[in-house]
Amino acid sequence: MSKMTLKTEGDTHVLVTRRFAAPPEAVYRAHTDPKLIQKWLLGPEGWTMPVCITETKPGGKFRYEWTNGKGGGFHITGEYLELEPYNRIVHVERMHLPDPTPDNHIETRFEADGAGTLMTMRMTLPDGKTRAAMLATGMEHGMEASYVRLEGML
Amino acid sequence: MHSLDAAFSALADPTRRAILARLATGEATVNELAEPFEMTQPAISQHLKVLEDAGLIVRRVEGTKRPRRLAKAGIEAMDQWLAMLRKALEANYDRLDLVLAGMEKQKRGKKR
Repeated sequence: MSKMTLKTEGDTHVLVTRRFAAPPEAVYRAHTDPKLIQKWLLGPEGWTMPVCITETKPGGKFRYEWTNGKGGGFHITGEYLELEPYNRIVHVERMHLPDPTPDNHIETRFEADGAGTLMTMRMTLPDGKTRAAMLATGMEHGMEASYVRLEGML
Repeated sequence: MHSLDAAFSALADPTRRAILARLATGEATVNELAEPFEMTQPAISQHLKVLEDAGLIVRRVEGTKRPRRLAKAGIEAMDQWLAMLRKALEANYDRLDLVLAGMEKQKRGKKR
């Protein structure tokens, strides 16, 4: 049974939900504390996040930089719009590839669910074309990982 | 019947993946597809031919236009990509589970 759901909604939204066996406070901290973020927000095997800066206040900026250790990499910059410890984060972000992608507006909610947390992340893209491009970019990294695995098998 | 090999090599190019992503939002003409890329129409047409030969897209005749859309195999390829994205996200959250378990342990350790 998969704990995560990922689905599109309407023309411009992407919805992700996931349950965690820890209270909202811990899950919220793991989404805002750079030292914690660097441990898990990594994507495919082999990627690391050497730079993680978060100015956790409304209007504050953040920056995540990833590398695959083989010269490949990209970064995301964004701003926090609302921070409600430990229930809700609203922010905008864009990928730099290296040209910035259109802003992705993201609301993340952390709700107590028994002894754990239900996280709901709702992304809003400017239009359907941008959403398709974003999903394709995410897939790029999936593709790369699958090619790396393939190389290992040959 | 189109071979899996043809589909796989068609997908190996980032421009062709971007074209498929664009077609996932609906039918488009060659002009519309060429627009976001800094490429000539013949270059785009070449990519479209590869995608067509691999069975990922199909064309329709509408006057002088030949709008393209995703074929069933193309939709399946997009679904597979979405599954890969899902996997990468799931890997992140599986790691987060471990981070959270570590935080909980640390908290208990401090309490004595």
